[in-house]
Amino acid sequence: MAATATAAARMEKASDLIPIFSTKAWKLKTKQQELLIRVSILLLVYILAFMTRLFSVLRYESMIHEFDPYFNYRTTLFLTEKGFYEFWNWFDSESWYPLGRIIGGTLYPGLMVTAAIIYWTLRFLRFAVHIREVCVLTAPFFASNTTLVAYFFGKELWDSGAGLVAAALIAICPGYISRSVAGSYDNEGVAIFALLLTFYLFVKAVNTGSLAWALASAFGYFYMVSAWGGYVFIINLIPLYVMVLLVTGRYSMRLYVAYNCMYILGMLLAMQIRFVGFQHVQSGEHMAAMGVFFLMQVFYFLDWVKHQLNDPKLFHAFLRITVSSAVGLGAIALGVGTASGYISPWTGRFYSLLDPTYAKDHIPIIASVSEHQPTAWSSFMFDFHILLILFPAGLYFCFKRLSDATIFIVMYGLTSMYFAGVMVRLILVATPAVCLISAIAVSATIKNLTQLVRAKPKTSHSGSGKGTTGTKTSSKGSFDQSLPFQRNGAIALLLGAFYLLSRYAIHCTWVTSEAYSSPSIVLAARGAHGNRVIFDDYREAYFWLRQNTPPDAKVMSWWDYGYQITAMGNRTVIVDNNTWNNTHIATVGRAMSSYEDEAYEIMKSLDVDYVLVVFGGVTGYSSDDINKFLWMVRIGGGVFPVIKEPDYLVNGEYRVDKGAAPKMLNCLMYKLSYYRFGELTTEYGRPPGYDRARGVEIGNKDIKLEYLEEAFTTSNWIVRIYKVKPPNNRW
Amino acid sequence: MRAIGGGGCNRVLLSILFAVSFSVLSAAPVFSDLVISKLDRRVDLTSQNVRSFTALKVENTGVDSVSEILLPFPDHQAKNLAFFIATIVEEKGKSKTYSNSLPINVVNPEGMPPSLIWYSVSLPKELGKGERLSLEIRAVFTHTLRPFPEKITQADIQLVVFQDSAYYLSPYTVKAQSLTVKLPEPKVESYTKLENTKLSGSEIKYGPYENLSPFSYTPIVVHFVSNGPFAVAKELVREIEISHWGNVQITEHYSIIHAGAQSVGEFSRLDYQARPHLRGASAVSHLTAKLPPRAHSVYYRDEIGNISTSNLWSDSTKTLLEIEPRYPMFGGWKTSFTIGYGLPLHDFLFQSEGRRFLNISFGSPINELVIDNLTVKVVLPEGSKDITVSIPFPVKQWQELKFSHLDMVGRPVVVLEKTNVAPEHNQYFQVHYRFSNLSLFQEPLMLISGFFFFFIACIIYMHADLTISKTSASYVAKLQWDEVQTAIQQFQSIMNRCLAIHDKLEASLRDLSRTGDAQACKAARKAADSSLKELSRELKPLLAFLQSSPQAAQILHKVDELVVKEKELQEKLMLKHTTVVDAFEKKSGGRDTESRVATIQQKITALRQEVDDLLEVIDEI
Repeated sequence: MAATATAAARMEKASDLIPIFSTKAWKLKTKQQELLIRVSILLLVYILAFMTRLFSVLRYESMIHEFDPYFNYRTTLFLTEKGFYEFWNWFDSESWYPLGRIIGGTLYPGLMVTAAIIYWTLRFLRFAVHIREVCVLTAPFFASNTTLVAYFFGKELWDSGAGLVAAALIAICPGYISRSVAGSYDNEGVAIFALLLTFYLFVKAVNTGSLAWALASAFGYFYMVSAWGGYVFIINLIPLYVMVLLVTGRYSMRLYVAYNCMYILGMLLAMQIRFVGFQHVQSGEHMAAMGVFFLMQVFYFLDWVKHQLNDPKLFHAFLRITVSSAVGLGAIALGVGTASGYISPWTGRFYSLLDPTYAKDHIPIIASVSEHQPTAWSSFMFDFHILLILFPAGLYFCFKRLSDATIFIVMYGLTSMYFAGVMVRLILVATPAVCLISAIAVSATIKNLTQLVRAKPKTSHSGSGKGTTGTKTSSKGSFDQSLPFQRNGAIALLLGAFYLLSRYAIHCTWVTSEAYSSPSIVLAARGAHGNRVIFDDYREAYFWLRQNTPPDAKVMSWWDYGYQITAMGNRTVIVDNNTWNNTHIATVGRAMSSYEDEAYEIMKSLDVDYVLVVFGGVTGYSSDDINKFLWMVRIGGGVFPVIKEPDYLVNGEYRVDKGAAPKMLNCLMYKLSYYRFGELTTEYGRPPGYDRARGVEIGNKDIKLEYLEEAFTTSNWIVRIYKVKPPNNRW
Repeated sequence: MRAIGGGGCNRVLLSILFAVSFSVLSAAPVFSDLVISKLDRRVDLTSQNVRSFTALKVENTGVDSVSEILLPFPDHQAKNLAFFIATIVEEKGKSKTYSNSLPINVVNPEGMPPSLIWYSVSLPKELGKGERLSLEIRAVFTHTLRPFPEKITQADIQLVVFQDSAYYLSPYTVKAQSLTVKLPEPKVESYTKLENTKLSGSEIKYGPYENLSPFSYTPIVVHFVSNGPFAVAKELVREIEISHWGNVQITEHYSIIHAGAQSVGEFSRLDYQARPHLRGASAVSHLTAKLPPRAHSVYYRDEIGNISTSNLWSDSTKTLLEIEPRYPMFGGWKTSFTIGYGLPLHDFLFQSEGRRFLNISFGSPINELVIDNLTVKVVLPEGSKDITVSIPFPVKQWQELKFSHLDMVGRPVVVLEKTNVAPEHNQYFQVHYRFSNLSLFQEPLMLISGFFFFFIACIIYMHADLTISKTSASYVAKLQWDEVQTAIQQFQSIMNRCLAIHDKLEASLRDLSRTGDAQACKAARKAADSSLKELSRELKPLLAFLQSSPQAAQILHKVDELVVKEKELQEKLMLKHTTVVDAFEKKSGGRDTESRVATIQQKITALRQEVDDLLEVIDEI
């Protein structure tokens, strides 16, 4: 050690000039240092947001997840192969047999076009990537971009510190990760980026009153409309926000410019999306925006009149007349429009958002989707963790420093929190707001605390710099009028904040790795020896369909699997996840819940060649068709009153064992799920025919099929495919 | 358990079919004076490829010397003939030496019935009068075993039919011959019984038969159990991509069908799982590929993703890959998949005479796989020239271009196409080409220059002024603000230098207490004084500018305050310095001085604090 020290000393002497020179040259100004730190933090957050979403690729493979992404993948593939115009005019005969579906007119093309543009750009730059890789990585890429938007938004709302914290929080927030892991190639992946971008640009436009920013927000809105049906949230939140500003007397020219430009241009642009079309002027959900638009004009007009008239009395009279006539006119227009059918009433989905019990009573197909269920407290905690506590604190800070921007984020936060409570999937929409508001809380708190921590050493340092006496320190004590132990308290609180934030990071990583990175198409479980067992039954079945059935075969299954069958099995399906025709789905539900001979008639009328059911009795996989069966009964019964839910229940209880209802034991779904299952021993020490998913011995072990035959069953029995036999010869 | 039909009716049918066509031949003329003195034929039926090994001794009994030997096959066999070689065997004592395979051509002798396809083996040297020769002929036939019955259920076993002639079909007189048929299992449904026919275990022996005239033909039919995999690749595309960075990447796209008896009726997973050897005996449950040693990054997937059911073993001589299709393949079922692996470049790429050549095997690494259409694509690096292929059997070949990562002109691809490929075709072939080492750096350089230009563009953008209206108010304001900012930055740096000088003064005081050198201390003060004056001179134009600029209005008072405070601080410091130095020189050092210094010091500390705070405030703007 001594030797090296002397050597170093010698070196220092020898090159005395160089270190001085270099330190001077490299010494950055505080501003530059701050910029450098900020940029590198943002860059790290950007990378982190991307990396943390790659768990699924590492655990499984680069594959598309779940249900809807398969449709998106299939359409993207079509778009890249056939070009945009073919895509726009695509009539898909492989789904909704025999109706078909006009794909170009019934989807939000933003996601597919985005992926295709990324793909074409990479191809142009001579990177020979596969479209699947692009699709898999689109969501993480946009999540990374969202962090940038969150930074700028936070900066606009509060300061750059809050922006950085917001970027870091949103990068790993489970509520957002749940919809944006690699492979989750769904509309929400790009839509959250578009949503936040639109809001940011609008707030920026309101803050600056600049036409350019308003125009940019209109384009952001256009992108959002092209990507996701959630744009309705924007077109209702922004007018609401404008209304609040008007009511609180914060009306300004900036707001006028921002809203009018954004609304008019955004509306015109949105009409270019075929699926949206003229809804902006024809549908009840979009009327609030239009009403506020006209209100703005009235406001502006009144402002002008007020400017012209100097007499306040006269103005008040005028005001009364104008306002009442404007409101009356608006109400009459709305009434006439609705009555004549020009303005369509609110859709069921919209109602179900405002009234959480609506869907349950009226639209079973919406209520049947698990992600449309009301949110449990635990899932709030799971998805937000400490943000749930920081959110109110952030609201407090926002109210303390009220501005146009903070009013916006408060409104965004509160409304989206309400919607998140109504539907599980809308936690996603609330996540950016929660992150931003929490970031304000974190940033403001930490800033205050660090100021306390940093303020103290200066006084104490200069005091202790000289050899001090008692009198000096006492005089210093009078210098700052701080509370006792303030600094220590601040340090303790800082440590506490650091602890909380690190818990958050750990929680997020754990949730991402354990809960949100499963593709759900490949199931993994722990084997008896701790090894990983993979159940790849879905793909086994779909690939079997793809290879070993005639190319024009029609497959009937519950609608959940429709997209997957068309995308992976490449076969025509009767119904799929685009639940646009309730009657058709109800027909399938009816077939599944009828006796075999009745079902055969229905299947014949639909030209069904194969029936696919998902069965978890062997593996204990609980989200199978038997567990979904009551929804089939309900949806089927909603259209065809022959199907009655009580027929399948015993004293209001749903059972599959010996005590089950006779209709249940003999309906098609039961027969197809349990065909020959009674001969199989699933668990040691249990009788044969023991259903592991429901933990009972099945009630009907002797199942004979008359009109169908088993065509294929996967290795873990998860997917069972039956062939519909041709009609018997008459003689 | 019995199949639908039965051995008997089948045999009748076949005999009628084939015997008719060949009865014509018995009248054909004798070809030459060659005589086959001894002929041993072994037909191996253990796999779906029918392999026949024929050892024959030929003798020239005529006058003229003979340079070629004619070998006819009936056309139904010839169309399935995948592989065919003939070698000369020279026996010296016990050891046998084999010559290279002899050139074989299809010929068309006149006056022969069209149902025979003739192959002529050219001898390396003519066979003179009375000379003898030992030949070995190996032929592989694909699609020759026909399942019978053609449709079976899951519970049935698979039976196949093999047809041939008990006598070797030859234009020459055969003096003695025998035929051995080897079956996969000792389970024979039926077989044609002739004289001298013997079934022992899984072998059926016909012969020996002696002195048979040319074109002797007696059809035989063997109907037996064969549950071996009848995996046939309808289409196989092998892509061999050479990277001179050290890797040969092989990607093989298979589309496979089970060509055995069609499976009809229900497929019961329960039965298959409970008794796989009875219910599903003929199913193809796995395939084994023997990859070259040191194969790495092996993958096995299909259009919809990775297939997780595969195992890999490796040792120094080979890498064994056992793959299971997603589902067991019953008769008539299809599947398709892709396997890919990387191989070390130095194992397969060599140099000779300034050219490089790739030496790699042609066929599929999967055992006992019949390939109907095999396409081998050798993708050479971009910039390869002068490409030639040498391959031991005839193939269709042409060249293509492939665009992969960072390609500008495309990579040359040699495409070789062959139909009806048997495992015997798994031979090495060579692709020769020229490739300069410099081309290797083309793509990295391209990437580097791409990034370089990107950054250049960014720098240009950052420094360019893209404002359209140079006179607009906001633009002018922005310019002014920029100027104010630079002025403030300069101001800050001057202030910081002032503070640094203050620190130096303090340091000189500390030195004084240590060394006692009052002169040095005075000199330091003088130097500090002059440099401070200089700095204040520098400060003047800046302050004047800031006062004149409207943009700086809101921070001007802070700046002014800072200047005043700093002046005050300076004075106090100087005062302290002189006091301390004076006291030191006078050696007074009393309580009085100390208290005076202390009061000054207090003020200095307070002032310093304020100055620092002000600097921070200005910094935040």
